[in-house]
Amino acid sequence: LRKDTASDAAMGFHEFGKADVGIGRAMPRAATKRLVAGRGRYLDDFSLKGELYAAFLRSPYPHAAFTITDTAEAGALPGVASVLTAEDIDSVCAPWRCVLRNAPGMASPEQRPLAREHAVFQGEPIALVIARSRAVAEDALQQIAVDWSELPSATALEAALPDTANPVHLGLKDNICFTFEHTSGDPEKAFAEANHIVHRRLSIARKTGVPLESRGILASYDPAANGMLVYVSHQMPHQFQLHVSELLGMSILDIRVICPDVGGGFGIKMHLYPEEMAVCAASKLLGRPVKFVADRFESMLSDVHAREHIVEGRMAIDDRGKITAIEIDDVQGLGAYSVYPRSSTAEAMSTLRAVGGPYRFEHYRARLRSVLQNKVMTGQYRSVGHPIATMITESLVEDAASARGEDPIEFRRRNFVTPDMMPWISPMGARMIDLSHQACLARMMELSDHERLRAKIGKWREQGRIVGLGLASFVEFTATGAEAYGSAGVPVSSLDGVTLMLEPTGEIRAQASGSEVGQGIQQGLTQIIADAVGVRVEGVRVMLGDTGAAPHGGGAWSSRGAAITGEAAWRAGRKLRQEVLAVAAKMLQGAPEALDLRGGRVVSNDSGADRMGIGDIAQVATFRPYELPPGTSPQLTVSQTWGRDCDPFLPTNGVQASLIEIDRISGFVHPLQHWVVEDCGRIINPLLVDEQIRGGVVQGIGEALYEACRYDDEGQFASGTLADYLLPMAADMPDIAIAHVETPYSGTLIGAKGAGEAGTCGAPAAILNAVNDALKPYGGRIDALPISPVDVLRAIGALSSDAVQ
Amino acid sequence: MKAPRFDYCRPATLPEALALLDCHASDAAVLAGGQSLMPMLNFRVAQPAILIDINKIPQLDAIDCKGGCLSIGARARHNDVLRSREVRNNAPLLTQALWHVAHEAVRNRGTLGGSLALADPAAELPACAVCLDADIVVQSVRGERRIAAGEFFQGVYTTAVGPDELISRVDFPTVEPGWQFRFDEISRRHGDFAIAGLAIGIKCSGDTVSDCRIVFAGVETAPRRLNEIEQILIGAKPGDESVTAAAKSVLRDTLEIRDGGEFPREYRLHVASELLARVLRDFAGREQTGGRVQ
Repeated sequence: LRKDTASDAAMGFHEFGKADVGIGRAMPRAATKRLVAGRGRYLDDFSLKGELYAAFLRSPYPHAAFTITDTAEAGALPGVASVLTAEDIDSVCAPWRCVLRNAPGMASPEQRPLAREHAVFQGEPIALVIARSRAVAEDALQQIAVDWSELPSATALEAALPDTANPVHLGLKDNICFTFEHTSGDPEKAFAEANHIVHRRLSIARKTGVPLESRGILASYDPAANGMLVYVSHQMPHQFQLHVSELLGMSILDIRVICPDVGGGFGIKMHLYPEEMAVCAASKLLGRPVKFVADRFESMLSDVHAREHIVEGRMAIDDRGKITAIEIDDVQGLGAYSVYPRSSTAEAMSTLRAVGGPYRFEHYRARLRSVLQNKVMTGQYRSVGHPIATMITESLVEDAASARGEDPIEFRRRNFVTPDMMPWISPMGARMIDLSHQACLARMMELSDHERLRAKIGKWREQGRIVGLGLASFVEFTATGAEAYGSAGVPVSSLDGVTLMLEPTGEIRAQASGSEVGQGIQQGLTQIIADAVGVRVEGVRVMLGDTGAAPHGGGAWSSRGAAITGEAAWRAGRKLRQEVLAVAAKMLQGAPEALDLRGGRVVSNDSGADRMGIGDIAQVATFRPYELPPGTSPQLTVSQTWGRDCDPFLPTNGVQASLIEIDRISGFVHPLQHWVVEDCGRIINPLLVDEQIRGGVVQGIGEALYEACRYDDEGQFASGTLADYLLPMAADMPDIAIAHVETPYSGTLIGAKGAGEAGTCGAPAAILNAVNDALKPYGGRIDALPISPVDVLRAIGALSSDAVQ
Repeated sequence: MKAPRFDYCRPATLPEALALLDCHASDAAVLAGGQSLMPMLNFRVAQPAILIDINKIPQLDAIDCKGGCLSIGARARHNDVLRSREVRNNAPLLTQALWHVAHEAVRNRGTLGGSLALADPAAELPACAVCLDADIVVQSVRGERRIAAGEFFQGVYTTAVGPDELISRVDFPTVEPGWQFRFDEISRRHGDFAIAGLAIGIKCSGDTVSDCRIVFAGVETAPRRLNEIEQILIGAKPGDESVTAAAKSVLRDTLEIRDGGEFPREYRLHVASELLARVLRDFAGREQTGGRVQ
């Protein structure tokens, strides 16, 4: 383990990892007991006096023209307050369009809360009933008369791509929303001179995040104050506040957004959805609180989907076994709109950036076509784009090693970007720093007892078992900085603000702009602040999720909590510590430098002698400041805003391994064991990091083996329930062993990087490689995700490949 | 996803329930465990005018064994049947099959009668009822009627129960000496509906099969005895490779594989055939049934 103790001391870390300090200590989240006891307060647990409930009439067709011919009957049902259509909503809510200033030519049509005249995906809302209960609202939906005229649609990615495809929106000349090409070096020459060229084409199905708590909103407009109070299950309250301000034309000062306990986000809750804006608009029109909570069927149909790609890759290898060039051609399914405000194309751009991540290669060509479809929008979902990059890269790496007839581990070692090469600028311009590919791989060899495992696999195969081992090294870019969205003109903050308030008891209350969505950052920040100030963890309380209290900031995305909010918290804590020690020095008539604050006690720096508690200082400062020298004016509230001014992304790295067995009868893939070695820099709380990784791996296994948002040939959504959309279940999951290499980020004081998405980043590739390792003796291969048992049986020759459907 | 409006009544006696059914017939839906009906109501797929809740009626969940007959009340919860010693001793096939039925929470509410009445082609219990030659007892104001399980299931979600009839209990003949039963299935994840399930009973005299009963779940639109396969096995040693091969080959011509989502017919046929082979090997003592390969 690499831990730079010298720099620990310089940064002011003391007694790192000890039980009485915060950073490095495995602690359960303080909120766990409350949540486990059923005392969590999620969106639907909030009620406001006089609230009404919303239900949406949605398009049953992927593409259709429509006229709403009668709403009177629906409106006349007892308990119905209002039936609203685009006409009504548009009078108070502006439409939106996803435009990125740094992506010229992106063609995404205007979107609004309720479709007008044309619906462009199945499930798109076209009308809204507000009633005294959700059931009454649904009764009324059945009474709305609509003339539908179905239009030709384009849903499957391959069908939507060609020039001749049915247009997703009337009048489009093609469905290409965005294209991007990048060339660095001379890939043509490199391929021409290559000793080996390997090639893969992977097709990856749409999936979605499936947070336990579905999307929901309770919006309450107060006409007297012209104020809007919004409770919303969202990952970033401040971003949502800006949306309301922009689209309803209100001052940000009149809008308060509260994200209470959030039951999971995974990227699903970071976008602007028609339903949420329609509810805000309806509340403004009615002057009543309006609530909408998506049911599971609506969630599956209307939450952003992700990961629909057909990605083709080529890799050139020279005579010394070095990767010289990679070429990627990615076709990405976008849905009917590029999702607002961050764009759907961010996922594919992230893929292109992460291709080849762990390896040093000079020549790169990347091509992207992002394609509109008559389906719900795709968007950022846990580990955005990286799993696709890792799958294509690590598949090519296995093929390259195989073409050379060598051990793929040797091949990886030879091609890694090594510490002595860093900083190394990747072909897409990413600054690769503080990475530990070799150390992680070495640790993986120990953790998985690789040699012995290989021998065991050989023995199992002799017994007729179909087993395989797969590895995946990866780079994941985390904790996105300001340049990414700033240069695109997207109003998304990559900064965070933390305010610390010293209570009269010496305890500390914090308000921060990070978001707790179940990942545990509230606990992480508590531990950071405790160490930064020098108090016990129990004496710090961190509050998140309320724009009425916290400074503006980024919320939860891009695994940014520890790296960015955490750094802001550390710096705020150090400021408060200085204030406290300055007051203590005045009280003790000494110099602040001679004092230290440890565990809430002021002690002499040299002897460690106890002088007073932080509570004593707080009491004097709050109630008897006249005892202090004139002009002391103790500052009991400190604030820190922080964001990186370099490194648009923080690269992290790791390696995963998967052992799987294939059942001959069914073709099912059973993961038997999974290993992860990960380097997320400084670990704030090992317990939370490990469990985040485990959860991420399980989501990655879901991606590899189970989850798919399917549409039938007519464009009808076929995965609307959890019986149709298969989630990975605990009983089917393997043990997941985890180890860490700790290479702190050199650009911050605490050195933390993102950890929350790493599990998802590498798991699908590890599973895919394991399955293909198992299939190798049979001459078969899988190139489509989720891995279909039917394809597996064909690959082992148990089922004829031309079997009729 | 909220149910449409409906009237609701909860009769305290069976005659009261039957009178309500007589009055409302196909406008009514019977609520027992609600594990399929409630989602169908919430999706507004089912829109009955009245819901007749039979959860208050006494004795409808009784499990009783006498005179060579194991009677299980229609409202017996899956978990109560699963944990019943009477059932394990007298109809062990049911105990084995119920381990494959959904998950703990669903088994706590779901009922035997509900599963048979729904007649989902992928469900385990209808196949078991046919394999065990059960009688399904239905009642109406007109009286009681016994329907042999073999004639009860008529297709996807289709049974011989009339609109005014209520399943009151299921009578299973108790297992006779010499018979051995197995239930095994292949489902995507534990607890999912079967891609293919197999309920099978074999009676041996000496080391050869003297009688057998074979019923698949999830493969055809409704469960039925596969006489052609049974005839092949009778007289042979269980697990005899050439006999198994013959049975598999006849399966290909016999089964009318249902359409089903992502699984082509050829795949389901393969799984059903290999499942049969696995269970026959199990009878021959060469393989553990139902476990995951490790």
